[in-house]
Amino acid sequence: MLWYIGRRLLQIIPVFLGATLLIYLMMFSTGSDPIQAIAGEKALPPSVEAQLRAQYNLDKPILVQWFLYIVGVIQGDFGLNLSGRPIIDDIRRAFPVTAKLAIMAVIIEAIFGIVAGVIAGLKKGTWIDTTFLMLSLLVIAVPTFVIGFVAQVILGVQLKLVPVNVGNDPSFMNLLLPATVLGAVSFAYVLRLTRTSVAENVPADHVRTAKAKGLSSGALVSKHILRNSLIPVVTFIGADLGALMGGAIVTEGIFNINGVGSLLFRALQRSDSPTTVSVVTLMVIIFLISNLIVDVLYAVLDPRIRYAKK
Amino acid sequence: MSPERRTAAPHPGQEHYTAPLSETPLKDVDAFDDTSTPRSMWRQAAHSLLRDPVFIVSAILIAFILFVVAFPGVFTSQDPTAGSLANANQDPSGEHPFGTSRQGYDIFSRVIHGTRTSVIVGFFTMIGSTLIGAAIGALAGYVGGWVDEIVSRVVDVFFAIPLILGAIVIGARFQGIDSIWVVILVLSVFGWTNIARITRGAVIGVKSQEFVMASTALGAGRFSNLMRHVLPNALAPIIVTATVNLGVFIVAEATLSFLGVGLPPTVVSWGGDISTARTSLTTHPMQLMYPSIGLAVTVLSFIMLGDAVRDALDPKAKKR
Repeated sequence: MLWYIGRRLLQIIPVFLGATLLIYLMMFSTGSDPIQAIAGEKALPPSVEAQLRAQYNLDKPILVQWFLYIVGVIQGDFGLNLSGRPIIDDIRRAFPVTAKLAIMAVIIEAIFGIVAGVIAGLKKGTWIDTTFLMLSLLVIAVPTFVIGFVAQVILGVQLKLVPVNVGNDPSFMNLLLPATVLGAVSFAYVLRLTRTSVAENVPADHVRTAKAKGLSSGALVSKHILRNSLIPVVTFIGADLGALMGGAIVTEGIFNINGVGSLLFRALQRSDSPTTVSVVTLMVIIFLISNLIVDVLYAVLDPRIRYAKK
Repeated sequence: MSPERRTAAPHPGQEHYTAPLSETPLKDVDAFDDTSTPRSMWRQAAHSLLRDPVFIVSAILIAFILFVVAFPGVFTSQDPTAGSLANANQDPSGEHPFGTSRQGYDIFSRVIHGTRTSVIVGFFTMIGSTLIGAAIGALAGYVGGWVDEIVSRVVDVFFAIPLILGAIVIGARFQGIDSIWVVILVLSVFGWTNIARITRGAVIGVKSQEFVMASTALGAGRFSNLMRHVLPNALAPIIVTATVNLGVFIVAEATLSFLGVGLPPTVVSWGGDISTARTSLTTHPMQLMYPSIGLAVTVLSFIMLGDAVRDALDPKAKKR
């Protein structure tokens, strides 16, 4: 088991380096100059410009810039944004909000998705199954921002059940609607995955044997069907954390949440490339870590994976 | 088989019907026509697709959507880009079936013309990402060894950057270039990873089968083997994923346009229109609903099509 975790950790390193390099190259090699974004219309005096370039490491080759940046990130230093403030301060402020939002979204999508998926899978072909399937298709097809706006107008503006804008330091109740909207699409995928997986497991031999031994249907579902069906679902939810980070940009924009997503969005609008790179790097790190956790969970759930590849 | 022909089982467990020899002379067995060519997987799939209501509904919807894409003029004669502030925010009327927007555009016309943008972006992104993904996945799966190790890590690198996030970052770089091809390129660059993974898996599954070995034994080259035997047999999962991806790309394009890093405002698009309509959401909610409905119906059709094709190509999953 430890061997397995160690091997997965080693695999993450090249992926992390590659992904950050890719972001770095995309950001800084396309001809845009962050110094120009600071200067605006007027040209800066050459001495000031040279000093700024040195401050942001822009006078060095791009690979050296990237290397210095990564060394900083490992030490928890994301560099300075274009206003000259440390980016880590912004991230410290914004990250807990987004983390709260994303975790709530994952919990909501997992609970509702798995419960609905198990019901649909056990009753495959009935009207309950069809209803859940249609609902999931609808949620996938309607973009998150439309769901968000409609929910905001109906629940927030007209029924006044939830606050329209969330603002700083949101409470659990404030985040409930945004988290539901954020998790909606993934809820549909979790539902469909669970349904397919459960329906595949219901006629399996070991389930039939357990039933023949007289196991109650509750124990049958929880011990023999669910445990086997959850493996692909767990994988999906882990990989989905990354997509949720991307989706947070939209959700945070709609509900005015001051999280990582709106930090990224504002940085893009101001062409603040150091902040953009840092936020995307942070999201990639989170994605990789959550995938690692999923792989370990996967090995716990399915002993075959632990033993298959040494 | 009628019940009266069923004979009693001679032994417990042997409940199936066995015709007495007198009823089936050997010449009947020999006369059985086995000259007909066996139906290929694709013919079988087409056969079961035509009986699948999900496929029929989605195919009709897609045919209609493609008709709208090809001939928007049949549905509306209004120019979607001719706005006049004098008739802003009008209610639906004979001239403007869905009313007019804040800038005085005819909303019906914009929904109709927006179809073309969404479908073109979705379609070409699907083609682009599938070509990239299939080539890379086939390389990794077919060559194997250290090539596979390296290529798979590269796939991991791209996979680690979520589609929308990556597209936002490079999309912001290309701002100012007024072309839908930028969006197509940007989405293709980050949208190919799931195709690559699926192709790799399918190619690994196919390449060790007997008919590939037979072809190698007969002296076929590695590349021609890949193109003529391995890839065609690995195509089914790729097609299914690509179809579902098409819907995902349409949503992604709308999301980018909504965030202002997608299509330029001069292009008539659902995402852009939804973004514009959000400002008058409380006063004129329907302005947001019309393009949203167009978007949802289009995406829904492609996802349903993908589902139906998957069921048809994988009868194992459907049987139950």
